[in-house]
Amino acid sequence: MPKTVALVGTDAVAEAMRQINPDVVPAYPITPQTSIVETYSQMIADGLVKSEMINVESEHSAMSAAIGAAASGARVMTATSSQGLALMWEMLYIASGLRLPIVMTNVSRTLSAPVNIHCDHSDSMGARDSGWIQLYSENAQEGYDNILQAIRIAEHPDVQLPVMVMIDGFIISHSIDRLDLIDDDAARKFVGKHKLKNSLLDHENPTTWGAFDGLHGYYFELKRAQAEGMKNAAAVVKQIGEEYGKISGRYYSHFETYRLEDAELALIVLGSAAGTMKAAVDQLRSQGVRAGLLKLRMFRPFPAKELVSALSHVSDVLVFDRSDTIAGEMGGPVFIEARSSFYDEIKRPRFKNFVYGLGGRDLNLDMILKAVASSQTGNLITYLGVRE
Amino acid sequence: MALKLSELINKTDRLAGGHRLCPGCGASIAVRQILLAVPEGAHVVATGATSCLAVSTAIYPYNSWRISFIHSAFENAGATISGIETAYRALKKQGEISKETYFVVFAGDGGTYDIGFQALSGMLERGHRALYVCYNNEAYMNTGIQRSGATQLGTWTTTSPYGEKSYGKTENRKDLTAIAAAHNVPYVAQASVHNWRDTVLKAKKAFSADGASLINILAPCQRGWRHPMEKTIEIAKLATETGIWPLYEVEEGEWRLTSKVRTRKPIREYLQAQGRFSHLFKPENQDVIDRLQAFVDKQYRQLLLRCGEKPE
Repeated sequence: MPKTVALVGTDAVAEAMRQINPDVVPAYPITPQTSIVETYSQMIADGLVKSEMINVESEHSAMSAAIGAAASGARVMTATSSQGLALMWEMLYIASGLRLPIVMTNVSRTLSAPVNIHCDHSDSMGARDSGWIQLYSENAQEGYDNILQAIRIAEHPDVQLPVMVMIDGFIISHSIDRLDLIDDDAARKFVGKHKLKNSLLDHENPTTWGAFDGLHGYYFELKRAQAEGMKNAAAVVKQIGEEYGKISGRYYSHFETYRLEDAELALIVLGSAAGTMKAAVDQLRSQGVRAGLLKLRMFRPFPAKELVSALSHVSDVLVFDRSDTIAGEMGGPVFIEARSSFYDEIKRPRFKNFVYGLGGRDLNLDMILKAVASSQTGNLITYLGVRE
Repeated sequence: MALKLSELINKTDRLAGGHRLCPGCGASIAVRQILLAVPEGAHVVATGATSCLAVSTAIYPYNSWRISFIHSAFENAGATISGIETAYRALKKQGEISKETYFVVFAGDGGTYDIGFQALSGMLERGHRALYVCYNNEAYMNTGIQRSGATQLGTWTTTSPYGEKSYGKTENRKDLTAIAAAHNVPYVAQASVHNWRDTVLKAKKAFSADGASLINILAPCQRGWRHPMEKTIEIAKLATETGIWPLYEVEEGEWRLTSKVRTRKPIREYLQAQGRFSHLFKPENQDVIDRLQAFVDKQYRQLLLRCGEKPE
C-alpha cells in the first residue's frame, strides 16, 4: 500500500534508492548531500538493501567507479553536490559518452568562490552540456518520484544516457516535507530488472570500452548518436511520466503549468521556488493581473517546441534563474534557452530575466511581486535581492 | 611456486600482436608477462589509464585485447577497477554471475606516481581484489617524454631538459613501491621485464592475493630513454644489476629480495647505455652521477635492511 510520510528531502531520496535497490553505490559525502550517503549506508548496515557501497576517496573517483560498475552491468546510483559535481566534470562527459545509464541525485548547491554551502543551480547548470538528462524537483515528493523515473529513462534502449535529478540544497534536502511513497513491490516492478548489452563481465564475449578514436575518426558519429539519444529522451521522459502516473496518481511531463492557460504574463522557474511562484500567481490574479507559471522539470533535453506552444498566447515572459552564466549581459541559462526557443516565431513575447537566490539568498513573495511590477520598465536582466 | 616455460608457451596470449606500440617497447612485454599468470580459462577485466598502452592497443575499430578492457580517463584507473570489482561482487552475491574473474589495472608511471596517485591509494586502502600494474618507463612517454615523479635525478626529458643552466631533472624519484607497501595490502612487488620468471611468479602471487596488490614493473621506453630498440631487455637487466631498480616483494608485510645481486655494478654502466643520461658524462655534471649513485646506495641499503639481508 502507498503510504504518506514526513521526511527530509535527503531521506526521500534514500527511500527511492532503497526501493530501487541498486547493485553498486559509489559515493563521497559533501554538504548538503551528505545525509543521502549516511542514510543509505545505514540501510545497507541494517540489511534493507543488497547494494554494495564504495566509499571512494573523491567525487572524481565516485563517478569513475560508477562508470566501471555500470560498464560491468551493474545498476549504479550516486549522489553529490556543488564542488563534488565540479570535481566529477571530466567523468560526467565520459559517463554519457559511453552511454551508461547511471542515475545521480545532485543536491543543488552553489560553487565556490567564495565558499558557500547554500542552494543555487550553478553546479548543475554548469553541467548542462555534459550529455546528462536533467530533471529538477520542486519538493521532496518530486525528488522521490523523479529518481524512480530516472532509472527507467536512463536505461531505456532509445536513450541510454545518465540522468541527474536535482533537489534544492537545504530548501528541499533539509526540510521535512509530507510525501507519498509508492508501495515497495510497485516500485520494484516499475523499475524492473536491468540488463546491459556488452558487459565487461561477460566472459563469453569480452568487450572493450573507451577505445581510442585515433586514426579512423568515429568520434563525430558517436557524438551524433549521443545527440539522438538525448533527443529521444524527450518522448521517453513523457512516456515514463505517464506510466508512473498510472501507479502513483502523480503524472509527470516536461514541465508543469499553473494558471497559464489564459495568462498574459508567464513566469518560468525550476526547482523549489515554484511553490512561492504559485502563491505569487494567485496574489497577482487577485490583483487582476493575469499571471501564470511554467515550472520547468526537464532542462535536458530542453523542451523548446512545447515551451513555445505553451507560451504562445502570453505577451510577457519573466524567467527566474537561480544561476548566472556570467557571460556579459546574457542572463541566466534558463533565460537564454527559453528566449532562444522563440527566435523563429513570428509572434514573440517580451522576455525579462531575474537572476535570484545566488548562494542561498531567499526569494520571497514580495520580491516576486516587485519583480513583476518592475518588469514593464526595468532592465532586460535584473539581479533580484542583491545588495548594490 | 614452480614455473615451467613449456607451460607458459602453451598459454593463450591475451594481448594479440598487431598493436601499435613501438618496436622494443617494454609495456607490451610487461602486459604479456603479467597476463600469463592468470589461470587458463579464467576471465580477466583490465582497466587502462590513459597511456601509450591504452591508445595503442585499442584503436577503434581495432582491438588487441583478448580480455575485457576499459579505458575511461588518465587519473582514475584505481577507481575504475574498484567499480568493476565491486560490480562483480554485487552480481555474484545475487547469483547473476559465477565465472572466475581477475581484475587488473595497467597504468604508466604518470597515471600511477602522479595524476592517478589518489585513486590508487583509495583502491589499495579499500582492499579491492585487483592487481594494479604500473608499467614504469620513468616519464610521460605518451605525450612525448616529460618528467614524472618516477624520473631519476639528472634525467633529460622535454620538461627537465639539459642546458646551460640545467643538468636535467633536479629531484630524486619517489619510492612508489614502498608507498604502496605502506598501505598494508597483501602483496606488493617491484619487477622488471628482463626477468620473466620473476614477473610471472609475482603476478601469480598478486592474482591469488585476497585483496589489493601492486606490481611496479620497469618497462624501458627506447624512444624516451634514447637507446637502440633491441637493447630493452639488456638495459632493464642493467637496472637491476646496478641496484637502481632492485627486484623485491612485500608479502603480508614481509620484505624479500627476489633477485640478489652479489656485487652491484656502478650506475655509470646503466647510465652510459642511454641517451637520456649522456649529458651527465660532461665534466661539469660528474657530481650529478655521484649524487644519483649516493641516492641509489642509500635506497639499496635501506632495502637490504627491510629484507633482513646482510649489508654489502
